[in-house]
Amino acid sequence: MNFFETQHLTKAFGGLIAVNDVSFQVVKGEIHGLIGPNGSGKTTVFNLINGYYPITSGKILFEGHELNGLPTWKICKLGIGRTFQVVKPLRRMTVLENVMCSAFNLTTRRDVAKEKSLEVLEFCELSKKQDFQAKGLTIGDRKRLEIARALATGPRLLLLDETMAGLTPQEQAEGVKLIRKIRDAGITIIIVEHIMQVIMNICDRILCINYGQEIAGGTPAEVANNQAVIEAYLGKE
Amino acid sequence: MKPNHWSKLIIVLFLAIFPLIVPSDYYRHIFILALMWVVIGSSWNLLAGYTGQVSFGHAAFFGVGAYTAGLCVTKLHISAWWGMLLAGPVCMVVAFFIGCVCFRLRGPYFNLATLAIAEIFRLTAIVWRDLTEGMQGILIMRTFRNKTYYYYFALILAAACIYAIYRVIRSKWGYYFVAIREDQDAAESMGISSFRYKTFSLLISSFFTGLAGAFYMNYMGFIDPEVVFSLYFISIMAILVAIIGGAGTIWGPAVGAFIMVLLQETFRSSFFGLFPKWVSQAHVLVFGLLVIFVIRYMTNGIVGDWIKVQRLWSKNKEQPLASTGS
Amino acid sequence: MDVFIQTMVSGILIGGIYALVGLGMTLIMGVMRIINLAHGQLMMVAMYITFVLYEYFNIDPYFSLLVSMPALFLLGVLIQKYLLNPLLRIESIIPQNQILMTVGVAMVLTEVMRFIFQSDYKSVKTPYSSAVLYISSIAFNFPMLIAFGIAMLLTAGLFFFLLKTDTGKSVRATAQNKDAALLLGVNAEWITQLTYGLGAALAAAAGTLLLPIYYLYPDVGGPFTLKAFIITVLGGLGSTVGAIMGGLVLGVAESLGATYISMALKDAVGMVIFVLVLVFMPGGLKTLTKV
Ligand SMILES: Nc1ncnc2c1ncn2[C@@H]1O[C@H](COP(=O)(O)OP(=O)(O)O)[C@@H](O)[C@H]1O
Ligand SMILES: [Mg+2]
Repeated sequence: MNFFETQHLTKAFGGLIAVNDVSFQVVKGEIHGLIGPNGSGKTTVFNLINGYYPITSGKILFEGHELNGLPTWKICKLGIGRTFQVVKPLRRMTVLENVMCSAFNLTTRRDVAKEKSLEVLEFCELSKKQDFQAKGLTIGDRKRLEIARALATGPRLLLLDETMAGLTPQEQAEGVKLIRKIRDAGITIIIVEHIMQVIMNICDRILCINYGQEIAGGTPAEVANNQAVIEAYLGKE
Repeated sequence: MKPNHWSKLIIVLFLAIFPLIVPSDYYRHIFILALMWVVIGSSWNLLAGYTGQVSFGHAAFFGVGAYTAGLCVTKLHISAWWGMLLAGPVCMVVAFFIGCVCFRLRGPYFNLATLAIAEIFRLTAIVWRDLTEGMQGILIMRTFRNKTYYYYFALILAAACIYAIYRVIRSKWGYYFVAIREDQDAAESMGISSFRYKTFSLLISSFFTGLAGAFYMNYMGFIDPEVVFSLYFISIMAILVAIIGGAGTIWGPAVGAFIMVLLQETFRSSFFGLFPKWVSQAHVLVFGLLVIFVIRYMTNGIVGDWIKVQRLWSKNKEQPLASTGS
Repeated sequence: MDVFIQTMVSGILIGGIYALVGLGMTLIMGVMRIINLAHGQLMMVAMYITFVLYEYFNIDPYFSLLVSMPALFLLGVLIQKYLLNPLLRIESIIPQNQILMTVGVAMVLTEVMRFIFQSDYKSVKTPYSSAVLYISSIAFNFPMLIAFGIAMLLTAGLFFFLLKTDTGKSVRATAQNKDAALLLGVNAEWITQLTYGLGAALAAAAGTLLLPIYYLYPDVGGPFTLKAFIITVLGGLGSTVGAIMGGLVLGVAESLGATYISMALKDAVGMVIFVLVLVFMPGGLKTLTKV
């Protein structure tokens, strides 16, 4: 049994096929990259895994469970956390309260949830901002908050959607550190990222899609040297 | 609002002994109504202010509660006080089905659906004469002549309601409610079933609104569909009470209830007879102007915009930036 | 059978006027994404204007369209400009504060009219108010027939405006995508004012046309506000063609309800249809036709 896999995953929005027959496997404990030019369907893949959109055809399997048709919140409870590319902070709650909402997945007690959240904030280096209203955070902190919130649900698989877009190089370096730390804590990661340095650096394996179709897959080195990938990114000569 | 503990204590003490120090039944009546509105406003606030589901149809629950109590007398031939026990559960059942219909919808669609459902209840109550006596309404004998009993009853109801909501808000449910208000999609991805928790919020809200309705039947001794299912004077009034006080705050609706009821009564009685009679005709006009004013200048209400309110009083003086809400 | 045809005819005729009400509401809904809970009250104000013109100046209700529509257009623009648009810049816990504002406007309009005219029922009885045209055995109420005709003309005019003029195109662009419209240099603020004004003017037309066959009192607005959004939802929020269909459907449904169920249940019929549509066909009638 694979830890996580999709089989012939397809999603059509009316006539537009945003994800077309994508099959891939994720091994427990790895960081799996998902890359592709803008609009190639990466976020849509996440939205399918996460149950935000219904699947047109195909299958998603997580630890042997079929996820098709499950509501988003149940998928989260099964152990899949995600962040949003366009961040969705709970604006009029503090950072701590944001994370507590997630932590309540594991407990109904407020003090336990708070303790757990403080741990997660510490882990994500957000402790200093814990009493800030989420709407007042900088973009870097908002992205961190997304990660913290996803972590606090206690996921075994984490989906990160462009968590480093729009960050300064220094923030990016810290982000990479954080992602490694998460992996070291035993959480499997699927990561969507545009910044090639980052992706090539931290991923164990990478899947590249374009126009919703997979065009290459393998180790970072293999993908980087793949003709189809280069064409997709640079355009045909 | 963070009044110090002294002022809170004084308010509680004042409310506790109010009917004893104020001999006028008229003022007791006003306070009883205000306390009833504390219950309705707080209930609405739980669903709308905290959970973000803005209901334009709370009259449905108020009316069902009131009719539950009324029907105890006319159909079951038992005391209308049994209605206080039955109204809560009955409203929760009604609310459950309303929730199944309305929570499939978001935003303006949800607002419209709640409004329409309340209107359907009103029309049904008018037309189903065999059950409700239609427009003739239900008239029952009141138990007590002395308003003091009703006053304490209302006070306990209001206190219980605020306390219950306070406890809910500080629990896991409360966090989930606010999460859904802030961003439903984010909440779902954090493992929160928005449908389930919206329903919980609605059930609690309808429970207390129903109790208020049953109390109204007992206290006033008369109801008819146009009164208890009224769009403006129940559903919209509930919204105003909460908004003027401060939606999404614990004490806001309580403050709003007293302001709204006192203001309404002041105008209805032409400033207690001090002003010429025509002023009383303008009380709904004032109500409307107040809505406009509050929404334009104090969207987060007196409690929510407490800092702004304080600035009004002490012009130019720098106010410490306390956090809003309580 | 005759009863049935008669019922359908009255339903369709009144449906034409409802279509005007629904069109105004739909425009506002489409562009501003809000429910205008003052819609029926705007209609009511127009009815009082018509009433005054007839009672004191002896102006025929159909001519007073020329006064009531511009007057309500202006009122609508002012409401949008000074009461609704400023709310966009305020963050509040309750995101529906624009809708609540329209509730306040509705109450103020109703009470001001009550203050001036008292709560008495008023009506405008023209010589032709009860004139009836018979075609075989089916009766066509004359003022209703005229009202239907004018309503159709106004609808055609509106479509011409929306489809053929530049301003109309800007309105449609804004309804489709506010941000994109802004990028294209559409003056969104002015478009919203124009839209609310137009919506109010259409409501005014409906009110004025209805007056000779209806009666008038300050609270008449409430029921029409309800009807307005039943129509809008029936039509699939924001669809103009749908609004016309919705108006006709509501007119016919009410008429059938009144004839075959009971006069008292007439309004409930609309409400029930409304909830059924909301639940089972959130896209409204247009999902059936794929317009
Ligand atoms: N809700 C939707 N409705 C219609 N089309 C959509 C929707 N969401 C995404 N798409 C389309 O699907 C394609 C893939 O989008 P997305 O997954 O966001 O790309 P990426 O994340 O790779 O940049 C795009 O062409 C986008 O326009
Ligand atoms: Mg994306």
